[in-house]
Amino acid sequence: MSGNMNLTLKVWRQKNKDSKGLLETYNVKNISPDMSFLEMFDVLNEELITKGEEPIAFDHDCREGICGMCSMYINGRPHGPKRGVTTCQLHMRSFKDGDTIVVEPWRATAFPVIKDLSVDRSAFDRIIASGGFVSVNTGNARDANNIPIPKDDADTAFDAAACIGCGACVAACKNASAMLFVSAKVSQLALLPQGQPERYMRVQSMVGQMDEEGFGNCTNTGACEAECPKGISLSNIARMNRDYIAAGLGSE
Amino acid sequence: MTSSKIDAKIPGGSLEDKWTTYRSTVHLVNPSNKRNLEVIVVGSGLAGASAASSLAELGYKVKVFCFQDSPRRAHSIAAQGGINAAKNYQNDGDSTYRLFYDTIKGGDYRAREANVYRLAEVSGNIIDQCVAQGVPFAREYGGLLSNRSFGGTQVQRTFYAAGQTGQQLLLGAYSSLQRQVGMGTVKMYTRHEMLDVVTIDGKCRGIIARDLVTGKLERHFGHAVLLCSGGYGNVFYLSTNAMGSNVTAAWKAHKKGAFFGNPCFTQIHPTCIPVSGDHQSKLTLMSESLRNDGRIWVPKKKDDPRKPADIPEDERDYYLERRYPAFGNLVPRDVASRAAKERCDAGYGVGTSKMAVYLDFAFNTKRYGQVEANKRNLHNPSEEEIIRLGKEVVKEKYGNLFDMYEQITGENPYEMPMRIYPAVHYTMGGLWVNYNLMTTVPGLYALGEANFSDHGANRLGASALMQGLADGYFVIPYTIGDYLSEEIRTKAIPTDHEAFVEAEARVQESIDKLMNIRGTKSVDHFHKKLGKIMWDKCGMARNVEGLKSAIEEIRELRAEFWKDVRIPGTANEFNPELEKAGRVADFLELGELMCKDALERNESCGGHFREEYQTEEGEALRDDENYAYVAAWEYMGDSKYELHKEDLKFENIKIAQRSYK
Repeated sequence: MSGNMNLTLKVWRQKNKDSKGLLETYNVKNISPDMSFLEMFDVLNEELITKGEEPIAFDHDCREGICGMCSMYINGRPHGPKRGVTTCQLHMRSFKDGDTIVVEPWRATAFPVIKDLSVDRSAFDRIIASGGFVSVNTGNARDANNIPIPKDDADTAFDAAACIGCGACVAACKNASAMLFVSAKVSQLALLPQGQPERYMRVQSMVGQMDEEGFGNCTNTGACEAECPKGISLSNIARMNRDYIAAGLGSE
Repeated sequence: MTSSKIDAKIPGGSLEDKWTTYRSTVHLVNPSNKRNLEVIVVGSGLAGASAASSLAELGYKVKVFCFQDSPRRAHSIAAQGGINAAKNYQNDGDSTYRLFYDTIKGGDYRAREANVYRLAEVSGNIIDQCVAQGVPFAREYGGLLSNRSFGGTQVQRTFYAAGQTGQQLLLGAYSSLQRQVGMGTVKMYTRHEMLDVVTIDGKCRGIIARDLVTGKLERHFGHAVLLCSGGYGNVFYLSTNAMGSNVTAAWKAHKKGAFFGNPCFTQIHPTCIPVSGDHQSKLTLMSESLRNDGRIWVPKKKDDPRKPADIPEDERDYYLERRYPAFGNLVPRDVASRAAKERCDAGYGVGTSKMAVYLDFAFNTKRYGQVEANKRNLHNPSEEEIIRLGKEVVKEKYGNLFDMYEQITGENPYEMPMRIYPAVHYTMGGLWVNYNLMTTVPGLYALGEANFSDHGANRLGASALMQGLADGYFVIPYTIGDYLSEEIRTKAIPTDHEAFVEAEARVQESIDKLMNIRGTKSVDHFHKKLGKIMWDKCGMARNVEGLKSAIEEIRELRAEFWKDVRIPGTANEFNPELEKAGRVADFLELGELMCKDALERNESCGGHFREEYQTEEGEALRDDENYAYVAAWEYMGDSKYELHKEDLKFENIKIAQRSYK
């Protein structure tokens, strides 16, 4: 440790999904501004282990902002104060010496807490399983360049496909709505020719599963877009709504 | 002579015909029998997800296990630059043979010809499959797919999706997997870790897994088990691997009889963000694709205090262009890494630590700006205008990588060159497999990075994604039939069979042992120490004394670990420290075998650079006479391993000193 920042952390501790949680206060010292937020947690956990206390459980894996596993609600914002970054890519230079930082798990009925800052996001997997794919078995494909796709469409589909499934959109939303997540996948496939055969069936199944999982409704507040680390656009939700209505009318 | 204990089962016939003939003659399993055959897949990355979905589509009953909270998190997701395929869409002379040739040569002639040729053959199908799934690859204005160059090749055969190719390919495979989960043909077990394989009468029949949320051990039967659990780069502690990436599944299999192939072949990637301090928990890659447009250099003067922009052209040493004019900045990874180390060791490094070199985009930013200005019919644009336009192009190609660099270092790479240094990235070694991808344990397979098969002593960029998907989509669905066609009479074995009971008891015992140490030092403490030994003595350069002392140090560290590690909490709950402890315990054994393997191989090849064996110019000096073999290690008990050799025959390629000059 080489830094000079001293911080007060208030961290959500919860033994398991059935127990009640509470905010515990910890002081961390000598934090370097070059550390990532999770490395600061590593330092704290190392101290807790040395003292014989239980370290704080949190989800993380790639630590380069792409796997979508890290998920801390920092000072009232998913992934903290910086726009366009995940918790693992947030660095301590975004904070000041003496700051108090409150860290909580994602809060949503559909994301029950497993322990401390880890939550269960399997609802997202079930939504994808309900229709977030193109039904093409291995070996069925024709030559890739037989499907020309206008660059703009490919780029827009790519922008939607950049979603990492972290759940920040749900955590940011006052209704814990999953519309941004669902619409990102619906849009990616709706924008591409490969997605057309199942386009309307897909949107109905995925929205149906989303409702079943207990996510809330969208009220177009836009907190999801503001907090999304990958900049997924609200226009995806509009596209999904159009497709959903069209699907209901049974027309195109 | 190839050891009698291993048989690579390479089909006969000419290289071009082997796979076609094999596919047409391999035994098949009829659809109604497939429904009664169960397959376990461990790991949900490119290899695991593609294998699981393809096998489920064929009708097998599949169970998939991953330690993350969702199969979409697997570390394939972090691959940035691209995926190779011999499509020859660019009309620049690519072919199956050329991809095969580049891969064998890039691997420094230590890979099996037949496997690599098959890989090159199916590479095109992968791109077709991914596009059909809706993977949004980069495209040209005409609507067709775009390509870029990667190291070790002179054609453009790399398909990509910005700097997120791995993510897009994995999400494609994940969506296929979830489709099968939705249909009930795949049962998914997330937050589960495989802790042993179960063998009955010499055949693999299932696994013991721990539910990481409840801590409960579970027994799962399978007629076959596929390990798709990735590489073991985290033995170095600091690497570009995810924090959870581990060798545990492969290592447990090794201890149950699966030979471990070429463990010392690790890839050190040349362009990573340098270490900034002791707190560092992982290293971040800057994609090899950046070497398309970035030029690597150091100042010609030692300890030059000037800012990079203030150092004039003729006082810069573009050392890759100087040493390797034919390939320049696009030499293979092992060559580029060693060259960076050479400059830094000689005292020409930059940045505060002096352990970094510049990766500079200024030249190509200007070039792109000029092209863009021409496209837009801007006559006599100002220098600023050109640079502004150039930055837009660079942003479109590499935006996410530049953002990531700025996030981590606090420096803006659009304004100043990146500082980069090599870091552990990939492991070419892994479980030994035959042509069918089966390990030395019948019924136990290894796919993707978890096996040793296709990359020899050095993997070329954009070939890991290719191999993972080739194994899963196009190889295992055929080769598994060779084994399962003989298993149609085997009924599902109940998991109260004594082999399952015994295996579970042993896993429980080892967990209890870990929990009862109640020592004083954290798991990370040991992991960091192991990493340092490995990096210093079994990293970019190795020598006899270093390797010998590393083996001693690792043994001591392992003994200390089993006496003094502290794991808080209990085993009957979500306990990330316990998970880490189990993985580090396995790394502490693997590290020793890696050093042993490196010590045994008295030559330099690819990523394995033994200081004693180099040319006068400092290039790797192979010894084809004595070391053109795969080292397959058999576990014989604590710290005891027996070496078996698989001789490599090169019948379709002229083996030569690798030159990129």
